[in-house]
Amino acid sequence: MTDLTPEATAAEQARPSRLREFWFYFSENRGAVMGFYVFVAFVIMAAGADILAPYSPTEQFRDHTLVPPFWQEGGSTQFLFGTDPLGRDMLSRLLHGARFSFFVGIVVASVAAFGGVLIGLISGFAPKWLDTIIMRIMDIILAFPSLLLALVLVAILGPSLFNAMLAIAIVLQPHYVRLTRASVLGELSKDYVTSARVAGAGLFRRMFITVLPNCLAPIIVQVALSFSNAILDVAALGFLGMGAQPPTPEWGTMLAEAREFILRAWWVVTLPGIAILVTVLAINLMGDGLRDALDPKLKRS
Amino acid sequence: MIKFLLSRLLTFLPTFIGVTLISFAFIRVLPGDPIIVMAGERGMSEERYQELVAELGYDRPVLVQYWEYLGGVIQGDLGDSFVTKRPVWDEFFALFPATLELSACAMTLAILIGLPAGVIAAVYRGKFFDRALMSTALIGYSMPIFWWALLLIIVFSGNLQWTPVSGRIDLLYYFDDVTGFMLIDSILSGQKGAFISAVRHLILPTIVLATVPLAVIARQTRSAMLEVLSEDYIRTAKAKGLGPARINGMHAMRNALIPVITVIGLSVGTLLAGAILTETIFSWPGIGKWMVDSIFRRDYPVVQGGLLLIALMVMIVNLIVDVLYGFINPKIRKQ
Repeated sequence: MTDLTPEATAAEQARPSRLREFWFYFSENRGAVMGFYVFVAFVIMAAGADILAPYSPTEQFRDHTLVPPFWQEGGSTQFLFGTDPLGRDMLSRLLHGARFSFFVGIVVASVAAFGGVLIGLISGFAPKWLDTIIMRIMDIILAFPSLLLALVLVAILGPSLFNAMLAIAIVLQPHYVRLTRASVLGELSKDYVTSARVAGAGLFRRMFITVLPNCLAPIIVQVALSFSNAILDVAALGFLGMGAQPPTPEWGTMLAEAREFILRAWWVVTLPGIAILVTVLAINLMGDGLRDALDPKLKRS
Repeated sequence: MIKFLLSRLLTFLPTFIGVTLISFAFIRVLPGDPIIVMAGERGMSEERYQELVAELGYDRPVLVQYWEYLGGVIQGDLGDSFVTKRPVWDEFFALFPATLELSACAMTLAILIGLPAGVIAAVYRGKFFDRALMSTALIGYSMPIFWWALLLIIVFSGNLQWTPVSGRIDLLYYFDDVTGFMLIDSILSGQKGAFISAVRHLILPTIVLATVPLAVIARQTRSAMLEVLSEDYIRTAKAKGLGPARINGMHAMRNALIPVITVIGLSVGTLLAGAILTETIFSWPGIGKWMVDSIFRRDYPVVQGGLLLIALMVMIVNLIVDVLYGFINPKIRKQ
């Protein structure tokens, strides 16, 4: 944070040590490291679903409906995690579901973060009247419970995974605006910003090169949070029938399809839920670790 | 103080207008003709269509329509449901007690468990108890509550047969609404077993709805307590020879409560969002289920009115929390 002249050599020298420092603080939190490994496994599952999955997620084995997992009586190693009411392999569907959840998390978190940070930066640098208008608009969005607003948006736009992601990105975005604006306002009064202005740095340079890098820490933590929120919300929308549509192997949609079988076949309900819980938990653990490692104010608390 | 109150009210007004604009825009500006939706699959004649357009005022300029909508909102007129033909306002307040009862029970549970858990975790920081509590809290915070509800149904309603699967009370009992709160009405009815039945119906939905707020409150209480415990005045209290119960209970907790109260107030929105899922799963006849059903039935006036009323409720609670916060903490007022 001290180097005001970002020369290439200085940056290269600074980078590995900063990464090492980050890993030092991050790895102090054992839960965070565990979360990180689970997340890596999740990414591998998402990326390699086509290779790892024994069957196609939509292939129906009509002679093998509701086969229990292999360790239970009646199960076979042909279908490790059993099959669903239509005879589709649960393991293959879960693996492909990881792909959807990962995709949803990445897209929603980056769209919300990109839009929110940009608006927050503008709001922080803008004259008071524009700042007030932007913040009031964010207040308005925040007045609606997120899931409800997403539900209504999807109802109007039509139920699909894309619309669900769009709706959730809109709903998550005000948090970034508030966060970015608050840290920008905190930085603006500091001397290094004043000196950059005196040195003749233009508005855009001050916004994106002088101030923004110093506001990134809380934003990165927020990205982790909205990644897991997005997975939860899209699964909830899928569960309500307003997200991904069957036969898409999205975890929430799978749960909705399995609802009527809850008392007969525990695995069709339990497994997609565990998948959601473990993924979200891993990302939240990482988020806690990121906060400890990146946010100097909260360090060692 | 009056200046502070006025400034808060002044920010309330534009947000209120914005919220009405959004709920207005949902029907009039976005695609999909509500009249055709209202006609359903049977369709309607061209004359009847024109008649309805005139009746609902869709032939007038959008600004005029919005002005009349706003006037209606202020007088409590949110239009009639397409499906039941009853005023949206009446429907909302007929169902609201059910949601309020569930939310109040959930919030009480969350505070009763979350607050002490957070305090204990902070006092025993780093010990086994702290780790166990905080791991549980993180799991609760990450929980997809719709799945959690299904799990509880499998175990407690399916395998153990302890609790009913849905509704607010057994069909055996019938009595008129007095307050709209089943717990109170069942006692007032004087029917044997009615109260027990109402409680049994409340248990699972309350646990499900309380899960996320409980985790949030426990985590927030812990970090607020930790911050306060490192303050100088706590050391002074220790040096004076006060016992741990008095230090933690009287000195630390009272100050730690300030941010926690804010979190509790702000989780009203979360609670309402959670109520959508919880009520749908347990067929709880409240606002959340009503909204979801209306969305599926394309009952636009209900969606519009419900959205507005829920947003208003969140805004009012936030305003109250804001004002209370300024009342408790003079530093905020002076800003």
